[in-house]
Amino acid sequence: MVDLKSVKYIKLRIKRRDDPKSPSYWQDFQIPYRPNMNIVSVLMEIRKNPVTADGQTVNPVVWECNCLEEVCGACSMLINGVPRQACAALTDKLIEKYGDRPIQLEPLTKFPVIRDLMVDRSKMFDNLKRVHAWVQVDGSWAIGRGPRLADKDQRIAYEIAHCMTCGCCLEACPNYNSKSDFVGPNAIAQVRMFNLHAIGRMQAEERLDALVAKGGIQDCGNSQNCKRVCPKHINLTAHIAAMNRQANAYVIKNFLDK
Amino acid sequence: MEKTKVVVVGGGLAGLMSTLKITEKNIPVDLISLVPVKRSHSVCAQGGVNAALDTKGQHDSVEQHFYDTVYGGDFLANQTPVKGMCDNAPGLIYAMDRMGVMFTRTSEGLIDLRRFGGVKNNRTAFAGATTGQQLLYTLDEQVRRQEVLGMVNKYENWEMIDLLIDDNGVCKGVVAQDLATMEIRAFVADAVVIATGGAGMIYGRSTNSIINTGAAAAILYKHGVPFANGEFVQIHPTAMLGDDKLRLMSESARGDGARIWTYKDGKPWYFLEERYPSYGNLVPRDIAAREIYDVCVNMGLGIDGKNQVYLDLSHLPADYLNKRLKGILDIYQTFYGDDPRKVPMKIFPAVHYFMGGIHVDWEHQTNIPGLFAAGECDYMYHGANRLGANSLLSAMYSGTVAGPAVVKYIGGLQAAAAETIGNIADLTVKKQQAEHDKLTKMTGKENPYKLHDEMSEIMYRNATIVRVNKDLEETDVKLQEFQERWNDINITDFGGYSNQTIMYVRELRGMMDLARVIVGGALRRNESRGSHYKPEFPKRDDANFLKTTLATYKDGDPEFSWEDVDIQWIKPVERKY
Repeated sequence: MVDLKSVKYIKLRIKRRDDPKSPSYWQDFQIPYRPNMNIVSVLMEIRKNPVTADGQTVNPVVWECNCLEEVCGACSMLINGVPRQACAALTDKLIEKYGDRPIQLEPLTKFPVIRDLMVDRSKMFDNLKRVHAWVQVDGSWAIGRGPRLADKDQRIAYEIAHCMTCGCCLEACPNYNSKSDFVGPNAIAQVRMFNLHAIGRMQAEERLDALVAKGGIQDCGNSQNCKRVCPKHINLTAHIAAMNRQANAYVIKNFLDK
Repeated sequence: MEKTKVVVVGGGLAGLMSTLKITEKNIPVDLISLVPVKRSHSVCAQGGVNAALDTKGQHDSVEQHFYDTVYGGDFLANQTPVKGMCDNAPGLIYAMDRMGVMFTRTSEGLIDLRRFGGVKNNRTAFAGATTGQQLLYTLDEQVRRQEVLGMVNKYENWEMIDLLIDDNGVCKGVVAQDLATMEIRAFVADAVVIATGGAGMIYGRSTNSIINTGAAAAILYKHGVPFANGEFVQIHPTAMLGDDKLRLMSESARGDGARIWTYKDGKPWYFLEERYPSYGNLVPRDIAAREIYDVCVNMGLGIDGKNQVYLDLSHLPADYLNKRLKGILDIYQTFYGDDPRKVPMKIFPAVHYFMGGIHVDWEHQTNIPGLFAAGECDYMYHGANRLGANSLLSAMYSGTVAGPAVVKYIGGLQAAAAETIGNIADLTVKKQQAEHDKLTKMTGKENPYKLHDEMSEIMYRNATIVRVNKDLEETDVKLQEFQERWNDINITDFGGYSNQTIMYVRELRGMMDLARVIVGGALRRNESRGSHYKPEFPKRDDANFLKTTLATYKDGDPEFSWEDVDIQWIKPVERKY
């Protein structure tokens, strides 16, 4: 453990890139130590004075962030090699854990880089389309009370409903890369949520068709990395296992019905 | 009309609901959003959404919801639209339930209801303490389905930077910029809905997300749309202290039993319970915020001598807390370290919500035909103080009004905008391209982020809980200096791709315009009403100020006028809790 009283600077080593076509490069920065900072607030400080550790004035670092309280999912990046939300990465804890050496920031590697730490995660939203991640209501108008839902089912679904589409699980998944068509742990878990809902269940087969198709649930290699990195602590492996059972039952039923 | 199209700007609850209502009528929508819509600020709303579902045997009613909202807003809200909102709230919540919102349930599977501030009944439907997130995701899913059906084209990571207004003063679309490639282009449309949220970033640190700059509202203001009731900014009583953000600790904590206290004479002092025996910890936000301020600043009784008091739910069972409030307990523990299940949280009031906003008629149309506004960026439903859990409601409800109003408006048009726009689109794009090119070459002395810090500091000091005319005058002078200094900004980022500083500098100019609207409105309102409190004028003054403030942009300055409030349903009475 490092004694924070002895720390004079918060040091960062940041992997940068000017645009999607340019090569990456590294730059070091440091700001005077202050307690209770996080990676977003440190990046904001650098933005006010974009000078590298060796005194060179450079363009400020570009990154994505919005809510600063770990509910919007915007600020995912690799922090000392771990995919997580930058706003919730407290510098005091990082220094205590890793010591006084520079904290290393990189963009997620499974998505195209836009600039510096900012990546394009639109593929995740496209994958939600593939698994029909919505309840197919007749319309949004008022027609009276919705279906009842047992408290125990709500608790399972509510956990899944926290998924911010932040991309940490895909970054950690050994079976997902920028070229693979694996829908990913988050999308599989979403199917469980919609298939639990009394109206959503009516389209359960459509979603299961997507899960048993190419790039579906069979691409999961059960490494369990997704669950370990999920910032919302969603028990992704349990939800994938539950969907595996649903998918198997569905395949067998289809086979017998032929 | 063949090529009918609508542009919706903003992908939070109001924008998504408007989009859904318009596409359900087979009119395609271009949805423009600063961030992927799923990351919009609605995601931060915690405690719940009000609707008189009356499932708790309390004889709750839409009439009581209407009364509480008007009374809680200190009679400044136009009553007819508020009545519409409360009447329609139960149907809206049930529709959201059908779409799959994972509301917290009772033992027989109904939507559970908790109590909120300024209310005696359980009227707040909730999904733990992440209700905004759950509602937003559900509308995001529904709009994604419309996207698959070919009815919605999303332009995420795009910023609206101007309106297309034709020679007759009719809105025919917007100009927006791709925040990655920096491309500027026109989006021609038959109608435009602005649903861009509040403007907490004017104050720097607040409970808001960093996209909540009010820049879009400022663009409308500069085009001659009045900004209404700008001086009414809600200060939420319970937020965490922080360097970068003042993270909200939901009112639902108190709804579920949390108590606010500090030490007096060495003993815990539950000052809200003592001063307000009837409502206790659930007095409305303006009152709770003023009391906490009074105890800390005037009486010097803050915890550890600092401006902070305890928000305490450590007496409640952990199981109960985890089911209902886990979302905020996790935030507190992540960012502060202490476990609020075991030790009281330290909190202080923070800027939270804009009751004021873009002036619209009761169908959410502005004074520019074809231009609509919905959600927190409008001024419609909350008067001088918003009751907790009415914002998720007004965000969604205003979308259910604006959407159909857009459809009706388009039904009355003779020709599609695409056919009649002429060269307005090209001219406006050229103008904005020139503006943008000028920004890229700003090499003055001012760092934009530091200039913003200076502005927020003085705004926090003089335009929040306690307002004094002398300070407001001084602030307005300062704001004009900041506007001058803006011209001497150094852009600091000279990259040509995904340049966030250019976008920020442009937004900063809008924030300065709106800051002057806030301060000017506050200066001229010599009374105390809801969130607007002046010790020099401690009483509400209906004879002079039962009026909506309108700020209209004129030659660089706000010009103020006042409009009567619709009070046809409930006669104004003194507000006491």
